[in-house]
Amino acid sequence: MQKRSIVTIAYILFLLLPIYWLVAMSFKTTNEILSGFSLFPETFTWENYAVIFTDPTWYMGYVNSIIYVTLNTIISIAVALPAAYAFSRYRFLGDKQLFFWLLTNRMAPAAVFALPFFQLYSSVGLFDTHLAVALAHTLFNVPLAVWILEGFMGGVPKELDETAYVDGYSFPRFFVTIFIPSIKAGVGVAAFFCFMFSWVELLLGKTLTAVAAKPIAATMTKTASNAGYELGLLAAAGTLTIIPGAIVIYFVRNYIAKGFAMGRV
Amino acid sequence: MALELRNITKRVGGDLHIKPTNLVLETGHFNVLLGETGAGKTSLIKLMAGLDPIASGQLFMDGEDVTAQNTQTRNISLVHQFFVNYPHMTVFDNIASPLRVAGMAKSELEDRVAEAADILQLKPMLDRRPHELSGGQQQRCALARAIAKESKAVFLDEPLANLDYKLREELRDQLPELFAGRGAVVVYATSEPEEALLLGGKTALMNDGCVAQFGTTADIYRNPQTLLAAEIFSDPPINVAEIEKRGNEAKMGFNISWQLKGDAANLADGNYKIAVRANHVLPFQTEEASVPITGHVLVTELSGSESSAHFKAEMADWVSLARGVHPYHVGEDHQFFMNPSECFVFAPDGTLVG
Repeated sequence: MQKRSIVTIAYILFLLLPIYWLVAMSFKTTNEILSGFSLFPETFTWENYAVIFTDPTWYMGYVNSIIYVTLNTIISIAVALPAAYAFSRYRFLGDKQLFFWLLTNRMAPAAVFALPFFQLYSSVGLFDTHLAVALAHTLFNVPLAVWILEGFMGGVPKELDETAYVDGYSFPRFFVTIFIPSIKAGVGVAAFFCFMFSWVELLLGKTLTAVAAKPIAATMTKTASNAGYELGLLAAAGTLTIIPGAIVIYFVRNYIAKGFAMGRV
Repeated sequence: MALELRNITKRVGGDLHIKPTNLVLETGHFNVLLGETGAGKTSLIKLMAGLDPIASGQLFMDGEDVTAQNTQTRNISLVHQFFVNYPHMTVFDNIASPLRVAGMAKSELEDRVAEAADILQLKPMLDRRPHELSGGQQQRCALARAIAKESKAVFLDEPLANLDYKLREELRDQLPELFAGRGAVVVYATSEPEEALLLGGKTALMNDGCVAQFGTTADIYRNPQTLLAAEIFSDPPINVAEIEKRGNEAKMGFNISWQLKGDAANLADGNYKIAVRANHVLPFQTEEASVPITGHVLVTELSGSESSAHFKAEMADWVSLARGVHPYHVGEDHQFFMNPSECFVFAPDGTLVG
């Protein structure tokens, strides 16, 4: 018993250490960070957070990120729901091949697509818009969402569809008011993974934006600028970046366990 | 109200899954579809419900051709073998859902739901969700939805198959009463001959996508028109043996013979098949069960009030089913007695001749 808890505690400490360090740094001044190694902030300061919440070049980074991430999640789920339904309910020529092909889209690194996206979006005037990043990320998120949702839909018996039609539900009404609510766990899990991918993805977000839709991750790479290293500020920005993911994961934690049990996460 | 099937077929790929079927299913009694798994019961129900396309033929409801009508507008209800309810809705909303879709006024809707919930003893559970109910309650919820809708036709596809023994009996006893006087055509699919007999009404015997025989349940149980019909409508399996008729005498194998009576006695001499249900082959002699058959006992089953024995006699497999507990010895010979007046006599092609 004793031994087991020691291992557990050590493991948790190991996991939490970098996060703690980040949070501790965010309350230090840059000078303190550079001057040495301290477990607790010697001169505790909110200054770094104050800068982020007052300087538009900082907080707009968050706003931009949240806008395109939300947009992407909505588009990905909206597109993936009917696609996953088709894969789960109908047999058609090449369905299995198409399903596999969708997944292969995820096998290429995002960098491969940065250049074509840059030129395509520039030519249609989408460059430096939230929609550009959101659309670019759907390339990776739609296949993932289809894969996850298809697993959950496969768990819903076809008899449910039949019962609804017999009861008088038209297909759209059945799909929206009965089918989607009965796989809401799957929608939650798929939305979570879309959100997380889009939230942490840096390369496309940075390439496809300049000023108006610049994501927070791109802003953070520019802190080593004119005023020298602003490490405290960077740590505060990093801390704030973790929070949305933590909130989202809190809401879907039970669903994700379900998804793991189905082998689709 | 009647449901009329005229030469209805279903095609899967190049094969006829349901061969041309003609049936007139009426209201006022249960219409049972009896057959083994894969006989086409569910397929036929799906055709009638409009869930699968009819390849050819026509379907009439109340004299109106509904072949081309979609499921939603047919005004029907369906209860599956698996308990299908809307998982995110309460029992109340589940029962009310077809009425809501139809746009029924709130007060009338509440009355209907209350009535259905009352009949099926779901009143205390109206606020619960299906996953909080037991299997029997979930199926009652599905039945309540079918009743509240007051549709023209109700399809029950082996609704009791997934319930445990006691609940099954209880609900089966309730079923005829539930639908009595509602004016709906009730179609009930089952794979158990006993269930068909208990529910009465009319029965269609199904096999391999065909209706082998259709008629009043008790009537076709007593008078199967073909050997196939007799086989479908017998559990345990009916005993089939070949006989040779000469004059008034029927001869089975080398050692067994008896005097034919009635229609069978007037048949032309030749080879025939007889079929006799297990409960007319007894391990003791009675006035009726008088033809002795020596059998080599293979398997015995005791089920409290009944005991059955599977035995081999004259190169054929036989089953005997008798009340009470009988001491069989597996692997030994035992004397059985068949009741010849309960034998169906079929021509070699399987049609009933006596």
